[in-house]
Amino acid sequence: MALSEFPRLGFDPFIELRRMQSEMNRLSSGFGATTARDFPPINIWLGDNSVVVTAELPGVARDEVTISLQEDVLMLEGKREPKLQQDNVNWQRRERAYGTFSRAVQLPFRVDPEKVQARFDNGILEIELERLEADRPKKIEIRAA
Amino acid sequence: MAQEVRTVDQRSPTATENPARRPNRPAFVPPSDIYETKDSIVVLAEMPGVAPDGVDITLERRVLTIRGRSAANEHGGYQRVYNEYADGDYERVFTLSENIDRDRIEATLKNGVLHLVLPKAETAKARRIELKS
Repeated sequence: MALSEFPRLGFDPFIELRRMQSEMNRLSSGFGATTARDFPPINIWLGDNSVVVTAELPGVARDEVTISLQEDVLMLEGKREPKLQQDNVNWQRRERAYGTFSRAVQLPFRVDPEKVQARFDNGILEIELERLEADRPKKIEIRAA
Repeated sequence: MAQEVRTVDQRSPTATENPARRPNRPAFVPPSDIYETKDSIVVLAEMPGVAPDGVDITLERRVLTIRGRSAANEHGGYQRVYNEYADGDYERVFTLSENIDRDRIEATLKNGVLHLVLPKAETAKARRIELKS
């Protein structure tokens, strides 16, 4: 960093420039990681002893997505396929993505696999999971001496 | 051909002449597939979270406008802790280069994807012209 003579003078007009440059490098190196989104995009909602995971899955039918749970990791897997009624078509715009997808979601606590509810409406998958009874925080009373 | 008319910005709600759009809600451009068959144009637009009664489609001359209002996604007693997608409305405008038979337009919404079949009008279909000898 100390490439210029200016530090000896007590100020360095290039410090800000170098800081900006390293900031730009940092931004551009991480650019792909932030724009290439994982599919499906998810939102997580936290309640007292339960968690709700919602995912945007437009065009995916109920039987085309598999939900599985292992310890505190929720897996969403499936396949998006173009459903064409005819073969001989002239494409004008293809913006929707197709193919297999798989996404692991780390939950904030261990959940009871027996108490999982999933709903799928209008392309939004909603999974509600309850915290395992044994995993819940326990209040400890202090005995009087 | 279907040409897009850019009236909406991806994430900034603009003051277009749309009374249905609620303030403070972003309007997204729904990713769309468009293909043409021999006798119709098919539009598939992804609008997750929109119920069938929240869709509004208009065709004025050759300008096709698709709008979708998604239901408010709130969970009472829950706190949002992680966010990858935002709730919002959808809006997109296309200009079609074919004349459409507007009486036979079919629109269905399934799993958050709008399926729009726009049959070409008789005049727009290619006609073979025979040479007279």
